[in-house]
Amino acid sequence: MKVKYFAWVRERIGVPEEEIVLPENVSTAGDLILWLKGRGDGYAYALEQDRFIRVAVDQRHVTHDAPVSGAREVALFPPMTGG
Amino acid sequence: MRTHVTILDEVLDPKAWFTEIEVSEDTGAVAAFVGKCRGEKGRLKALELEHYPGMAEAEIGRIMEAAHARWELFDLFVVHRTGIVPVGEPIVLVAAGSVHRDAAFDAVRFVMDFLKTDAPFWKREHLVDGTVGEWIDAKESDDNARERWAEAPATA
Repeated sequence: MKVKYFAWVRERIGVPEEEIVLPENVSTAGDLILWLKGRGDGYAYALEQDRFIRVAVDQRHVTHDAPVSGAREVALFPPMTGG
Repeated sequence: MRTHVTILDEVLDPKAWFTEIEVSEDTGAVAAFVGKCRGEKGRLKALELEHYPGMAEAEIGRIMEAAHARWELFDLFVVHRTGIVPVGEPIVLVAAGSVHRDAAFDAVRFVMDFLKTDAPFWKREHLVDGTVGEWIDAKESDDNARERWAEAPATA
């Protein structure tokens, strides 16, 4: 599965995207955030306040209880500030 | 009904884009909004805009679909900048065409309100002193502007 990061989430993690193999116990977006947090300091810092992290599955916004298993692409990013 | 979305990494010239807005014969009103990079009283040199390629276009498309479902619109048009946008330059252009002005005005505001909170773009400040400033925080007032539409009746 491809995971993409944007804005300060991308900067803190240090890469714009990566391929990951989802562990069996990770089924929702919230599970994914929790699992990523354990992968290193950059991840822990980026995802520290997980309630502010927005998630998109296959380029659609989802809530943290949405499933991620089976997705082609998941993205994590801060609240949006366009326009 | 026509819809048009462009994400642009060069200068957004509203005058040039206005000529691109195709208007159907039944259109009696076209409303347009231009959002610009402001100087924050001399503090800011530019804004840097990052976006999620693919999803940005898709999400703006979904916002436009919701606008079409709500009002009788013939034309909807969005152009959004990415990259470095110097102070004074446009960031976004939204235009809507309808039979009457109320739907055109309301649709432009609706698209802008949802674009602010739902379209995957992020802004960072570049300051006059040459330093790269902070990523801009999302505003609660933008969330409130979006929520207002949940109660608002549709206009014809």
